[in-house]
Amino acid sequence: MNGAEQVAIEARKQDIRSRWILSAPALIIIFVAAIGPLFVMLLYSFLVKGDYGDVKPWEFSLDGWTSVFFQRDIFDDTLGLADAHISIIWRSIQLSFFTTILTLILGFPTAYFIATRPPHTREIWVFLVTIPFWTNLLIRTFAMQQVIRNEGLLNNALIWLGIIKSPLQIIYTDTANLLGMTYVYLPLMVLPLYASIEKLDFRLVEAGYDLYATRFQVLRKIVIPLVKPGIIAGSILVFIPSLGAYVIPRVLGGGKNMMLGNLIEMQFGAGRNWPLGAAMSITLMILVMVALIVYVRNASRGGSGHV
Amino acid sequence: MKSKWITTTAIAAVAALAFANGASAAGELNIYNWGDYTSPELIKKFEKEFDVKVTVTDYDSNDTALAKVRAGGHGFDIVVPSANYVQIWVKEGLIEEVRPDQMENFKNVDPRWVDVPWDPGRHYTVPWQWGLTGIGVNTSVYKGDINTSAIFLDPPPELVGKINVAPEMNDVLFATIKYFGGDWCTTDKEVLRKVRDKLVEAKTKWLAMDYSVTEKLPSGDYAGVYYWNGAIMRSRLKNPDVKMGYPKEGFPYFMDSAALLKDAKNPENAKLFMNFIMDPENAAMISAFAKYANGIKGSDQFLPEEMKTAPELVVPPEYEKAGEFLLSCEPETQQLYTRIWTELQK
Repeated sequence: MNGAEQVAIEARKQDIRSRWILSAPALIIIFVAAIGPLFVMLLYSFLVKGDYGDVKPWEFSLDGWTSVFFQRDIFDDTLGLADAHISIIWRSIQLSFFTTILTLILGFPTAYFIATRPPHTREIWVFLVTIPFWTNLLIRTFAMQQVIRNEGLLNNALIWLGIIKSPLQIIYTDTANLLGMTYVYLPLMVLPLYASIEKLDFRLVEAGYDLYATRFQVLRKIVIPLVKPGIIAGSILVFIPSLGAYVIPRVLGGGKNMMLGNLIEMQFGAGRNWPLGAAMSITLMILVMVALIVYVRNASRGGSGHV
Repeated sequence: MKSKWITTTAIAAVAALAFANGASAAGELNIYNWGDYTSPELIKKFEKEFDVKVTVTDYDSNDTALAKVRAGGHGFDIVVPSANYVQIWVKEGLIEEVRPDQMENFKNVDPRWVDVPWDPGRHYTVPWQWGLTGIGVNTSVYKGDINTSAIFLDPPPELVGKINVAPEMNDVLFATIKYFGGDWCTTDKEVLRKVRDKLVEAKTKWLAMDYSVTEKLPSGDYAGVYYWNGAIMRSRLKNPDVKMGYPKEGFPYFMDSAALLKDAKNPENAKLFMNFIMDPENAAMISAFAKYANGIKGSDQFLPEEMKTAPELVVPPEYEKAGEFLLSCEPETQQLYTRIWTELQK
């Protein structure tokens, strides 16, 4: 009796050990490649900045963090909100939000179109959507620049058609940023949307029409609720990289107005304030995490809601 | 049959090439320099003469170069920092006191570039190229005085909305501080407040702060720029309406100089290279490629015709005094400037 129990305990211990050993590679990768660097960043955000970049080792300070949101006024030395940082962060959030909306408006019909093709042709359409990824982001951004610049394709075509007389100033504005980000991130919206529209049971749509629902009612009450997980997944996939956009504001925005990515880069470059840069990077991560939490809560509610 | 023959030949050719590359070069040299700045002909000539395989890697800012080298494991031998950064490299112990002043070709260095404030007597660095940040204007758009920083700080109505300013904090703040009669590295709050207010106001009249001047000034997208003289010259060669102006209120000179890194793997080849670029003919190759002046006497005769008399490269005597070298400010001052710069770009 006693012996048998001991054998069982031994076997369980053995089992636990082997499970640990088997999961070790994954754990090591998570710690070394993900959590480790995060801790380095967290540590740097609490250190004193070096004179010419880098940090002073083991001299701690909260300056990095307080200066994300607060600053002493340059001129009268009063402590106030870091107005410049906050407006840059706010611009990033706003532009990312509008990018998400625009990609959704453009991506939904596209995904719907693909999902309603005969099954054997769908793959071709999906394949076409992924083609832009074959080209480097930077090159696509420069291509966009050629289209929207004052002497570019779009303006020349509009002038040739006689619609406008002098070129529209699109490049080097927030509109250019918005156009660029929408173009670049559109596939990230289309693909998850397609995945969830493809699973849609079109008998429900037919049933809706049978019960005299209008087209709009069918879309609003049947299609959208059923593909909601796809909409949310697509929005998250677009919103997150938009928040950290760096190349697009630099090339299309003309570098006049920064976004969060550019502000962070500046701290590690000419600004020579690595702790502030580290604190800002973590702030960006927190923003992303908030977006994800909203997603998870919405997604879990989406399952049981809407009957 | 025929296709087999082609394959065999191709394999032989590839093998021969690989052999040539791998076996013949006696040594290596890794140069870390600004992008679009190193003449490929110069590199070829050096490789041939000294039987050394050279690899050039680009950077886009002094701070990028500094951060990467400081992190270690870079494998570079030579770096080409700007004047205001040389002292930082020295202070941080990153470059070797290699005594270029005792090298054979040092006699060619223009005396003007020997006792420079960032490296008195040239104990660390060898002149690469020098230039300045000035004004470029498309004179078919604006015909008034262009020898003033007002072109981008108080732009005439013809230029409003067509201005590009170099996205370089130090160069822009320098010209603006000088515009209000201040000294570089000043911490005078009165001057700095005027500087901030002026920049914030002027920015609404700018089109961009971008690096694409050599295409967009000749094409007419920009009509006025505050930018580096070499790029303005390249623009003029494409569009003769472009003219260079020297801000009389003050403008910054820059000079980039080649230095040997302390942890270089090929210090001997690097020294050969440093001596090599002080030869007038070789220095002219550097200039002919990147379109900036070098600091070597007698290199003029080897320059392409269009550069010998270029108004962008020869500073008119009446404006020579207005120019000043951009030196590195104290860390606290630099932080103050960074905040003005951030406010400008919010």
